[in-house]
Amino acid sequence: MAKRIDVSDLDIFYGNFKAVEGVNVSIEPRSVTALIGPSGCGKSTFLRSLNRMHEVIPGARVEGKVVIDGQDLYGSDVDPVDVRRQIGMVFQRPNPFPTMSIYDNVVAGVRLNARKMKKSDLDDLVESSLKGANLWNEVKDRLDRPGSGLSGGQQQRLCIARAIAVQPEVLLMDEPCSALDPISTLAIEDLMTELKDRFTIVIVTHNMQQAARVSEQTGFFNLNGVGQPGRLIEFNPTEKIFSNPDQKATEDYISGRFG
Amino acid sequence: MTTTAPPRREAPEPEAPAVRTRRRLPRFGGTALFVAGLVVAGLLTALSGWSWGLFAVYGVVLGSLVTYVGSRVVEGSRKATDRLVTCLVSSAFAIAMVPLVSLVYTVVSNGITRLDGTFFSNSMVGVVGEGGGAYHAIMGTLIITALATLISVPIGLMAAIYLVEYGRGKLKKTLTFFVDVMTGIPSIVAGLFAYAFFAIFFGPGVRFGIGGAVALSVLMIPVVVRSSEEVLKLVPNELREASYALGVPRWRTITKVVLPTAIAGLGTSVTLAIARVIGETAPLLVIVGITAATNFDPFDGRMATLPVYAYYQLTQPGVPPQFGIDRAWTAALVLIIIVMALNVVARLISRFFAPKTGR
Ligand SMILES: Nc1ncnc2c1ncn2[C@@H]1O[C@H](COP(=O)(O)OP(=O)(O)OP(=O)(O)O)[C@@H](O)[C@H]1O
Ligand SMILES: [Mg+2]
Repeated sequence: MAKRIDVSDLDIFYGNFKAVEGVNVSIEPRSVTALIGPSGCGKSTFLRSLNRMHEVIPGARVEGKVVIDGQDLYGSDVDPVDVRRQIGMVFQRPNPFPTMSIYDNVVAGVRLNARKMKKSDLDDLVESSLKGANLWNEVKDRLDRPGSGLSGGQQQRLCIARAIAVQPEVLLMDEPCSALDPISTLAIEDLMTELKDRFTIVIVTHNMQQAARVSEQTGFFNLNGVGQPGRLIEFNPTEKIFSNPDQKATEDYISGRFG
Repeated sequence: MTTTAPPRREAPEPEAPAVRTRRRLPRFGGTALFVAGLVVAGLLTALSGWSWGLFAVYGVVLGSLVTYVGSRVVEGSRKATDRLVTCLVSSAFAIAMVPLVSLVYTVVSNGITRLDGTFFSNSMVGVVGEGGGAYHAIMGTLIITALATLISVPIGLMAAIYLVEYGRGKLKKTLTFFVDVMTGIPSIVAGLFAYAFFAIFFGPGVRFGIGGAVALSVLMIPVVVRSSEEVLKLVPNELREASYALGVPRWRTITKVVLPTAIAGLGTSVTLAIARVIGETAPLLVIVGITAATNFDPFDGRMATLPVYAYYQLTQPGVPPQFGIDRAWTAALVLIIIVMALNVVARLISRFFAPKTGR
């Protein structure tokens, strides 16, 4: 199930603005890869280019190659909808569907794609997904209430449940824990550790301890100045990045001597 | 190591309290001053012969002036300016309400005489003087407006979806421009368009209900497009992205996520568009005409509609003219009631369909 992602010479543009430049990286299957770096250096942009969500923005485009298990994501015969079914995503800001109940939000990936499923299977899926996102106990008595009536952190966990309910092969998470308390954060981290047996996980985080705790590989993005494209400065095993990084910039950033 | 004494709290100075208090006018003092100004204005107007227009002008000027000066003397200039602006804004609101209130009053007081059972159950067949009703006109208005809605809503809604979800660049700009131009088309032109169009197929002198529905659609489509476009734009992009990220194709995202999220606003905009065209007279005059009998078939022959009915009852009232004129007022009243009901419906729609956030 899990897939290996090979990125080569990837440039990412918003119109004429080059946001990310020259990324070469290969992301291992069945592992957690963390992306760190200062705000605005293109972590979200890079992450969104991995499941072709980047091109949803008008004028946005990508040059270079993203290969998943030998298949070029940006090949002319590849349907972005198929790509997104295999590569799920959790966004930086929680975005549950306001018209749907908590239950319907979790099964949205199944329902919206008009896949047929037995009611009991759906119930099981909802329970396991919500448990996975550490939300089950809080909402199990009000599954039919609107999802937008939850707190911000609960909404984010609902979005995580929604993303894992479709059982993607790769899961991209953009700062999934930035709105969460330490307990839920731990639950999400446990979830990642559990999921990585089956999935490939890429996570963007501003929390160094989190990167150190959950990830096998860490990539450090940086940009040279305002208006310059962001670059992947260093990509190494997490222990190496946090103990003995190759680049001076990485060390400065990690030890808080940035800027 | 030096020890610093904890900062001692200073006793508040009695001369300078933390919040300065000012002298203020008593409650309703401002209103009292304004009324005093009004009284003076009333006396002034009475001296030079009473006229409501003159009284309004004097009243606003003197009332505001008295309030300002009084407040300035007692309360100081900042508060006085505040009161002056309040006076002006309230007066503007009151003046804006005058035509509305007077219109509703006139229509209700003139229309109430014939607001009876006969009016809603009889047509005008064989009526010259007293009696008669607008049953045929009410049904005609409802049928033609319903047909116009049936034509305009799918076209307008899909055009709005195109503009918001698919449209890019030049084509989108051009379309938006033409929709704006269409919004400004005079209604008589829409009627002439429908007439000229159907005259091609059915020869000159064609009159039928569906022609009126087409003419009303010409007026209604741009309204539906514009308001639905605004509503669809309000749907946050994040919801579309959330749906795309689940591997949902674009058309399903639109039908299952965007439209349900916007349904309340869309219902409101359609209802208001109906209210906008239901009172149109000119195009129906041209292409639908008028008849005394009840005609339920919009594809065959003239139909009566409320606005046209009111027009003919007023211009050709019959032998003792009073009965026709009364019927015209009642038709106008019924039209206003229908429009009001539509507005209420629009509010109910937006209340009931709005996404719920209850816990
Ligand atoms: N929709 C957009 N249109 C144009 N430019 C954009 C858009 N989104 C992001 N950018 C630009 O791309 C660059 C990278 O943004 P990105 O969101 O990827 O940063 P980030 O690393 O995720 O930052 P953060 O840690 O704050 O989330 C920034 O310079 C940003 O201004
Ligand atoms: Mg980001």
